Amino acid sequence: MIRKKEALSLYQKLVLVRLAEETIREEYFNDEMKTPVHLGIGAYAISVGVCHCLPSGAKTFGTYRNHALYLAVTGDTDGFFAELYGKLSGPGKGKAGSMHLCAPARGLMATSAVVGTTIPVAVGAALANAYRKGSDIVAVFFGDGAVEEGVFWESLNFASLKRLPVLFVCEDNNLAIHAHASERRGFRSIPDAVRAFDCHLGIGDGSDLLSVAQNTRAVLAQMTRDLKPGFLHFTYFRFLEHVGPREDFDAGYREKPGPKEMARLDPVRRLETELLRRGVASSAMEAIRAEASAKVRRSAEEAQKAPFAPPAELTTDVWA
Amino acid sequence: MGIKSLMTFRDAVNLALVREMERDPSVFVFGLDVADHKGIFGSTQGLVEKFGRERCFGTPLSEDAMTGVALGAAISGLRPVHVHIRADFLLLAMNQIANMMSTLRYMSGGKLTIPLVVRAVIGRGWGQSAQHSKSLHGMFAHFPGLKVVVPTTPQDGYGLLRASIRDDNPVIFLEHRWLYDISGEVDENETVPLGRAAIRREGDAVTLVCTSWMNVEALKAAEILARRGVEVEIVDVRTVMPLDEETIVGSVNRTRHCIVADYDWIFCGFGAELAAVASQRCFGRLKQPVERLGFAPVPCPTTRPLENLFYPSAPTIIRAVEKLLGLEETDLRGESFYSYEQRFKGPF
Ligand SMILES: Cc1ncc(C[n+]2csc(CCOP(=O)(O)OP(=O)(O)O)c2C)c(N)n1
Ligand SMILES: [Mg+2]
Repeated sequence: MIRKKEALSLYQKLVLVRLAEETIREEYFNDEMKTPVHLGIGAYAISVGVCHCLPSGAKTFGTYRNHALYLAVTGDTDGFFAELYGKLSGPGKGKAGSMHLCAPARGLMATSAVVGTTIPVAVGAALANAYRKGSDIVAVFFGDGAVEEGVFWESLNFASLKRLPVLFVCEDNNLAIHAHASERRGFRSIPDAVRAFDCHLGIGDGSDLLSVAQNTRAVLAQMTRDLKPGFLHFTYFRFLEHVGPREDFDAGYREKPGPKEMARLDPVRRLETELLRRGVASSAMEAIRAEASAKVRRSAEEAQKAPFAPPAELTTDVWA
Repeated sequence: MGIKSLMTFRDAVNLALVREMERDPSVFVFGLDVADHKGIFGSTQGLVEKFGRERCFGTPLSEDAMTGVALGAAISGLRPVHVHIRADFLLLAMNQIANMMSTLRYMSGGKLTIPLVVRAVIGRGWGQSAQHSKSLHGMFAHFPGLKVVVPTTPQDGYGLLRASIRDDNPVIFLEHRWLYDISGEVDENETVPLGRAAIRREGDAVTLVCTSWMNVEALKAAEILARRGVEVEIVDVRTVMPLDEETIVGSVNRTRHCIVADYDWIFCGFGAELAAVASQRCFGRLKQPVERLGFAPVPCPTTRPLENLFYPSAPTIIRAVEKLLGLEETDLRGESFYSYEQRFKGPF
């Protein structure tokens, strides 16, 4: 059971990501963020919830849809916006952009725009931990589409074979760009397929932050008792187009859910409802939102004003 | 008489697919995103409606396996067109491409035929960064058994794609992202044979040997240089393999100066091949060593100021021409460059 105080701190993290992405949506059409943005509206509860539960010292890996992961791990809205605006003060000095945010000092080692490619790398990081007889774990986030790549199965097999301390986190929105799972998969369910491997499996509703956190804790506890990889499968609803700031329900490949369903699928409103039910005053949530909003606005403004990398930066960072 | 009309590169590629699919029922188009409403920047739009889902379909994210599937279909008499929204994803399929596709005919003693086209998108977009921007034409052409095509004009998008689909060899067909919106005349009856370069512009001062987008940059550079009486000749290579050496050599022998502007990294790139051809075959005629232009020797950065330095462009070409000919630098203030960048918006 997650207590009220902890739930509120989760709310704080969740709202920060949401407001950061809403700011991107507002700013994007000014054409100053010259980077493709894969927004995660609907998905945040997964990164926020899982990262909240990871023990300190954990390493993380992710995909191009990494904003929530970056902010959940670092809370660093300054670096975040600087990178999106392509500025020198971003974590990648503007060389990375939205799709490759990382913060190795905070354990977020790499995110990749080639689907599935960080999965084996995370397994390698777990191998390094096991090799050194350390107890740290590694978590890797990927979409349901990544499961179609051979490298996913090869990595899961190797990790299970070697009993590596790696947590696979599948963020399943049932879509790869515009293609539904039914158009891409010749098997019935990802969890069922994963059950055939020697790993601990957790399944949950990725729109529900508190249950994400509970599921994560349960699997992490199993991993500690009986060292094997963990696998978390969370479903969620992607509110926006695959890449870019807009909704695209008029494109015809999927229906817009009704308002009640939309509220259930929105992790922020879902958590707000739960917090209200638990007796948290709406003014307390309002205060958290106001604080996050001010932080995001400050960071975005600073980033807009910040300088670009000088030309000499083009050729730095290639070689050690 | 051909039917000529003005169309975009995107529509030209689309029309080539339509015409080949109409002509030959063994032609089919598959790959991620080919059958959705966006249809690979519009280039595969309408194919499902015209030809049905058997002949135009999406796939799982499984580049390695799907490339093998294309190969299997090709050696069994079909003519697959396998499409990738980014050439970088072909690196996941390199085993099938470099160990299988390029070798099976040879190892079967010529008994297997591989009529297969792999279309993939290269080049700049809205901050595409290091994993969505590779060209790779030189790498593919390195493997004997693969043909490699880099069209630039709508007519070539149309004509070379039709020729590639009809070719009985595997062809890697690489389309620059920014070309899709460019319009030009397309003669529907004109296919363009593989293995023939085109002289895009005649001139006597320098030969610019260009691939893909570099042709667009070179034309812009030529326009500015012409104002001071420097007429450059532009050779659009069009097919990397087979390479039309004669057109390149003929031009360099006339102008006696050669700059290779390849849309790729310079080191170990196709530009080195072009420079070797010009140097070897025009040795006695060249007045200066062959100059090479290409990407900066770093992974492609996202941020626009560094990305503009990463890519060679019209100003880079102008400076190289001036240097080669010992001319003073043209004042480029007031010139407008990156016109496509101004027009091109995100998010992808
Ligand atoms: C290997 C590879 N193939 C294709 C693509 C193009 N692509 C980018 S995102 C995407 C869909 C991935 O879906 P999923 O893994 O479910 O992640 P989501 O976008 O839903 O978060 C595709 C096909 C890619 N980036 N990498
Ligand atoms: Mg998905």
